[in-house]
Amino acid sequence: MSLPAVKHPAVLETKEAFGETTLIADPAQIVDLCRYLKHDEKFIRISAVTAVDWFPSEPRFEVVYHLHSIERNVRLRVKCRVSGASPEIDSVTPVWVGADWYEREVFDMFGIGFRNHPKLVRILMPTDWDGFPLRKDYPVHGYKYDYGNE
Amino acid sequence: MKKLFEEHVETIVATQEIPASPSAPRRMTLNMGPQHPSTHGVLRIVLELEGETIISAAPDIGFLHTGIEKECEQKTWAQVVTLTDRVDYLSNLANNLVYALTVEKLLQIEIPPKAQWLRVMMTELSRLNSHLVWLGTHALDIGAMSMFFYCFREREDILRILEMFSGQRMMTSYIRIGGVALEPPRGWQQAIGKFIRAFPTNVDEYENLLDSNPIWTRRTKGVGYISLEDMLDQGVTGPMIRAAGVPMDLRKTEPYSSYEKFDFKVATRTENDVYARYRVRLEEMRQSARIITQALEGMPEGPWQADAPHVVLPEREKMKTQMEALIYHFKIVTEGFRVPAGEVYQCIESPRGEIGYYIVSDGTSKPYRVHMRTPSFGNLQALPTLLQGILLADSIAALGSMDFVLGDTDR
Repeated sequence: MSLPAVKHPAVLETKEAFGETTLIADPAQIVDLCRYLKHDEKFIRISAVTAVDWFPSEPRFEVVYHLHSIERNVRLRVKCRVSGASPEIDSVTPVWVGADWYEREVFDMFGIGFRNHPKLVRILMPTDWDGFPLRKDYPVHGYKYDYGNE
Repeated sequence: MKKLFEEHVETIVATQEIPASPSAPRRMTLNMGPQHPSTHGVLRIVLELEGETIISAAPDIGFLHTGIEKECEQKTWAQVVTLTDRVDYLSNLANNLVYALTVEKLLQIEIPPKAQWLRVMMTELSRLNSHLVWLGTHALDIGAMSMFFYCFREREDILRILEMFSGQRMMTSYIRIGGVALEPPRGWQQAIGKFIRAFPTNVDEYENLLDSNPIWTRRTKGVGYISLEDMLDQGVTGPMIRAAGVPMDLRKTEPYSSYEKFDFKVATRTENDVYARYRVRLEEMRQSARIITQALEGMPEGPWQADAPHVVLPEREKMKTQMEALIYHFKIVTEGFRVPAGEVYQCIESPRGEIGYYIVSDGTSKPYRVHMRTPSFGNLQALPTLLQGILLADSIAALGSMDFVLGDTDR
């Protein structure tokens, strides 16, 4: 499943590992790049959007997009590095409608904002939840309980 | 960040308009679930109705969110296997398999043929299990009660086989990193052979029972249409998309665990309604039975675990007689094995569609990040489109045809 190099100004770096291709992209141009990948490179499906928290290093977050082209039978991973101070990136929902819930999940779990998202609200946690559970500085037991004295 | 969060909090406001004239259709908001039998778990859907027609549907998920992804980051690589069982509790072996495959890709260890064939056989049994539960409950929702009993009769046989292999009926954790948990028990060929010889006849029986039932055909044919473009756009996978004519089956397109050595067909239909999805799953059951028969007849000889002593627990006998095995055992149990740093995405075809694990390792004995791309989450996203404009009574048939598991959606 090797993939010819994607030539687009937003691609900062291309990595090959374990038979998978990863593009490191410029977060400011992510929507442009995704539009190009969907229409010119035929990645019509977005499999998932997720994030990785590299706390305490900076830029703290990596937003990860998994794309799939049914026609070419290849998969591609696009990653964007986002700073921890104001984690925000443009939403790719104008390109793939299916990114909607995945971006909501990332917002819910990591607190990364998606600009131009149609309805950015929490999806899995209760709407009044405090904190973002999948961040590395969020305790496993949450903030509600204190097991300090046990 | 707090501000950003507060800006986005919203509540669903219920509306109930009083119509201008008595004959005008009345608009109302109906709350369906979270405890509704046909949601098969805890799914809440806020429906906007005009008369009996659904104007819009807003699914509300997260009631079964248990933070499994966070929990994975606290466990050693081997311990996570038991958590993956709980994600999609109807086809737990598919979850075991995808996790094992992902970690093995990072570890770059080779799995012996016997283990691969055992994995294929057990995953297909678990596919049958999942489809049987789906068929039974889906028919029950629509009103065909006896199907439930027939399906659960066969499911019981499958669960007995799973118990025979792993000691557990449902949360088997049978597929481990580096192979399978246990050697196949004595007499397994007879047990599976007996079941799989009878099974195709049972599928014909279901088909006869349902297809000759006019209520079933009237309630499923032409109901729950959703266009292929919408499905591809919204991330729908699995039998839903195959019922719209796309032969996208990862077992064929991206073979894993030696699926390329098995002879089976990808079931597709073109009608793209509830009935077509039922036919696709019925055909998949027949094909799974074929795969299991092939696995049973051609099961290779040899070890059932990889030759990787730093990953796979040694045999009990060796552990008590060999110093080296004891050291490995001690290291794996106390500290866990280390997995080289890197990131991997591996996906397989679960009974519901594409299930993919994205795992990031930082070189320690615990996963740094595990993301589960579960098929139910992607499929459920298309629910508003699917339900829009159909009758409230049909929504039960349409919902059931998606075959989602809420544990799989919420993780």
